Amino acid sequence: MAKIVVDPITRIEGHLRIEAEISNGRIVNAWSGSTMFRGIEKILKGRDPRDAWYYTQRFCGVCTTVHSIASIRAVENALAIKVPPNAEIVRNIIMGIQNVQDHVIHFYHLHALDWVDITSALKADPARTASLAASISDWPLNSPTYFKGIQERLKAFVAKGRLGPFANAYWGHSAMKLPPEANLMATAHYLEALEWQKDVIKVHAYLGSKNPHPQTFLVGGMAIPLDPDSQNAINADKLAEIGGLLKKAKEFVEKVYIPDLLAVASFYKDWAGIGGGVGNYLSYGEFPDPVTGKQFFPPGIILGKDLTKVHPVDQKKIAEYVDHSWFEYSVGQGKGAHPWDGETEPKYTGPKPPYQYLDTDRKYSWVKAPRYEELPMEVGPLAKLLVAYASGHKETQAAVGLVLKHLNVGPEALFSTLGRTGARGLDCLVTAQQLPVWHGQLVESIGKGDLRIHAGEKWDPSTWPKEAAGYGWHEAPRGALGHWIKIKDGQILNYQAVVPSTWNASPRDHKGQRGPYEEALIGTPIADPNRPVEILRTIHSFDPCLACAVHVLDATGNELVRVKVS
Amino acid sequence: MAKDHDVGCPEEAGVEFKGKVSELLEQRGVSRRDFMKFCSTMAAALALPPAFGPKIAQALDEVKRPTLVWLEFQSCTGDTEALLRASAPTVAEIVLDILSIDYAETIMAAAGHLAEANLDQVIKGEKGKYIAVVEGSIPLKDDGVYCCIGGRSAVDRATEVCGGAFATIAVGTCASYGGIPAASPNPTGAVGIKKAVPSATVVNLPGCPVNTDNLTATIVHFLLLKKLPATDSFGRPLFAYGKRIHDNCERRPHFDAGQYVEAWGDQGHRHGYCLYKMGCKGPQTFHNCPSERYNEHTSWPVAAGHGCAGCSQPNFWDDMGPLYRRLPNVAGFGIEATADKIGLGLVGAAAVGFGIHGALNAMRKDKEPEDSSREG
Repeated sequence: MAKIVVDPITRIEGHLRIEAEISNGRIVNAWSGSTMFRGIEKILKGRDPRDAWYYTQRFCGVCTTVHSIASIRAVENALAIKVPPNAEIVRNIIMGIQNVQDHVIHFYHLHALDWVDITSALKADPARTASLAASISDWPLNSPTYFKGIQERLKAFVAKGRLGPFANAYWGHSAMKLPPEANLMATAHYLEALEWQKDVIKVHAYLGSKNPHPQTFLVGGMAIPLDPDSQNAINADKLAEIGGLLKKAKEFVEKVYIPDLLAVASFYKDWAGIGGGVGNYLSYGEFPDPVTGKQFFPPGIILGKDLTKVHPVDQKKIAEYVDHSWFEYSVGQGKGAHPWDGETEPKYTGPKPPYQYLDTDRKYSWVKAPRYEELPMEVGPLAKLLVAYASGHKETQAAVGLVLKHLNVGPEALFSTLGRTGARGLDCLVTAQQLPVWHGQLVESIGKGDLRIHAGEKWDPSTWPKEAAGYGWHEAPRGALGHWIKIKDGQILNYQAVVPSTWNASPRDHKGQRGPYEEALIGTPIADPNRPVEILRTIHSFDPCLACAVHVLDATGNELVRVKVS
Repeated sequence: MAKDHDVGCPEEAGVEFKGKVSELLEQRGVSRRDFMKFCSTMAAALALPPAFGPKIAQALDEVKRPTLVWLEFQSCTGDTEALLRASAPTVAEIVLDILSIDYAETIMAAAGHLAEANLDQVIKGEKGKYIAVVEGSIPLKDDGVYCCIGGRSAVDRATEVCGGAFATIAVGTCASYGGIPAASPNPTGAVGIKKAVPSATVVNLPGCPVNTDNLTATIVHFLLLKKLPATDSFGRPLFAYGKRIHDNCERRPHFDAGQYVEAWGDQGHRHGYCLYKMGCKGPQTFHNCPSERYNEHTSWPVAAGHGCAGCSQPNFWDDMGPLYRRLPNVAGFGIEATADKIGLGLVGAAAVGFGIHGALNAMRKDKEPEDSSREG
């Protein structure tokens, strides 16, 4: 059977390759391979654990805060450090706005061109586009003049004869279903979102110096000082700036992103029956209360698409397999390793480049295969949403209920490509609506005179135990992210990260079970094997982030001391 | 380096411009006033006198849109993300768009062989004319198997694309010098683009990530003066990396006065004292962060209370760490001469380290002669 290859998968972070077999117009088998490797964990060995966040932040520049926070939490867990409430609130705001901004960029700039035909927008009637826009939202930019202006800009661009980044794509493809007016509206919002994303992320600049790669995290707290009586700290002026940006973020999500998502989804409801995947979902939960530590989004596991039961997460049940990954274990193939026991040696056995196909019967990826009790798990906004929904989280239930009613579909529609894309929007909405609450907490705390931002009792490594181990979790925009660290004599002895795209992009495991991307592709219709936009739809619905997924390398082989983790 | 956003808008001074780019921008809803403002900002960023604003505008109008291709290798995509946050924003984005970005994995609509066809077309059709931007390091170990795209190794691709480019701009520290993948023990044999493709003409824009204003300024410099900017011995443009952070730092008076942050969150930290004792690497780092800042000039690490990490220096991952250890061998505080000695001494050490990697000489070979781009 002939294989089709999509390499590079574009509009993602990192280097991903999909090989697929097609029969009777549908995918019958698929392989997800990552083709880039750096080895940052090996580089971490021997360095100061307080520096680890700065190194691991470079796992990824797209989800740019997530590894910092997971790393900081891992070290704080190992050393039993509790941070001041202000630091927890600032972290929630930084991670919250990251989540919101990242989801909007994904929808408009990474995913939309799988569903939206920009060239069709040239044929749209601006007046009817304005009516369409006004019928779904009271966003002020919805006049015929505005859409005509966008269309003219588009025409001028096309008239130059060079489409730049839009060349050679899937325009006019039979799988494109939107009418010209919807395409024009979405194109206008693609451009608006480009402006919006750089504005709202200035919250990171105020609280953390810059974005990407904010430079502000500290083991024990944060580096941004709080003081209403200083021009060199977060004062009332900066709090007001941040508050304004958070309001702007929320408005765009409520009035542009969600209405667009619903409008586009209503033309692609058949994708609620495509791309289901492995059916198991894992979420670590997120946004701890600054005082109680209780998470806003609850953690949990859903097995076999059964929403009647949420299972607790036990980190000891996570193991990684390398039977189809370019690594070797000293104990041989077929066995999994818990992240604290991570024993990983890269060993490339694939074809010498340049190559046409990977050897998918054997090893074909730099991504390992993480499994929970030997089961592949999907992670990401859908997993987060399903766990919250099934746990009775009221904000999530309200948002999900609204969307299911709008599209006139049942909860089973969530287990799909469309469900994944929709869940991301709802996650974004619920988080955007929560951000002003956290901002209010910070204002109130500073107002009461609490300026503490760092717990410094254990800053000096001489105060640390000789050996310690810990883990840190973060529910990142792309899903469940975990870092595991072992410290000895004030230095990093071992470091492991099991990240969202490792779960989702994983190759087959010791039992031959496909990873979530691979499983989700089975049954996907392909109208034209030369232009397989349908593969992009399902793969992009996961929001792949491959530099994150492939960084794993700790060549120690040392026996690790296990510590009891509450 | 003076950064003055108010330097005369030439339109107000009665200067008239007509041409391809400004007209195009007007069609896109960007006023000529905004365009001129952008050109003035660029003149300031390039340390050119205000009169150069109109010349930049003219150059942009005259030039036939050059093609730009953006390659990602062992990257985290942070530099692409930085580009999305470009300041002088509306116009800068469009100016970059006007360059015709024919290949950029993170934003382009096409995928797989359709995407590769776009790149092939540039390589074959515009040999010697296009600009290549490289993000991420290139692994040389084991035949380059640690980074393959479309079934080809990164070094194979880079050789073809950068070898045929008019010039290559390395964005970020990984593409410039290998960056974090090249940190000890460099598991994949990662190097910067100049070392991977010695024949390429390379300008390095290190930083983690690159400050996107410096990227825009480099491109404008090329369009305006028809040549690449003058660089230092590490291949970095002098207009952006010619001065030490310590010398331009807003907290410098506190250093000179002996006022230091002693603990995170203490009174000195809350009131903007010097971060030297908390590990700040500003005295040995050359970059224009204090004047350019990030995210539309909103902030930079020292302004937000965290020390400089030295991210624009070659091998900073190994040479500058740990992050919170203060610079070694400091005789005393508050003395100008001492601080200067620290900076020069450490940079000298870094230069020796870099020379060992063999890239320094290669870099010098292609270096533009010293010119007046700085003095204007």
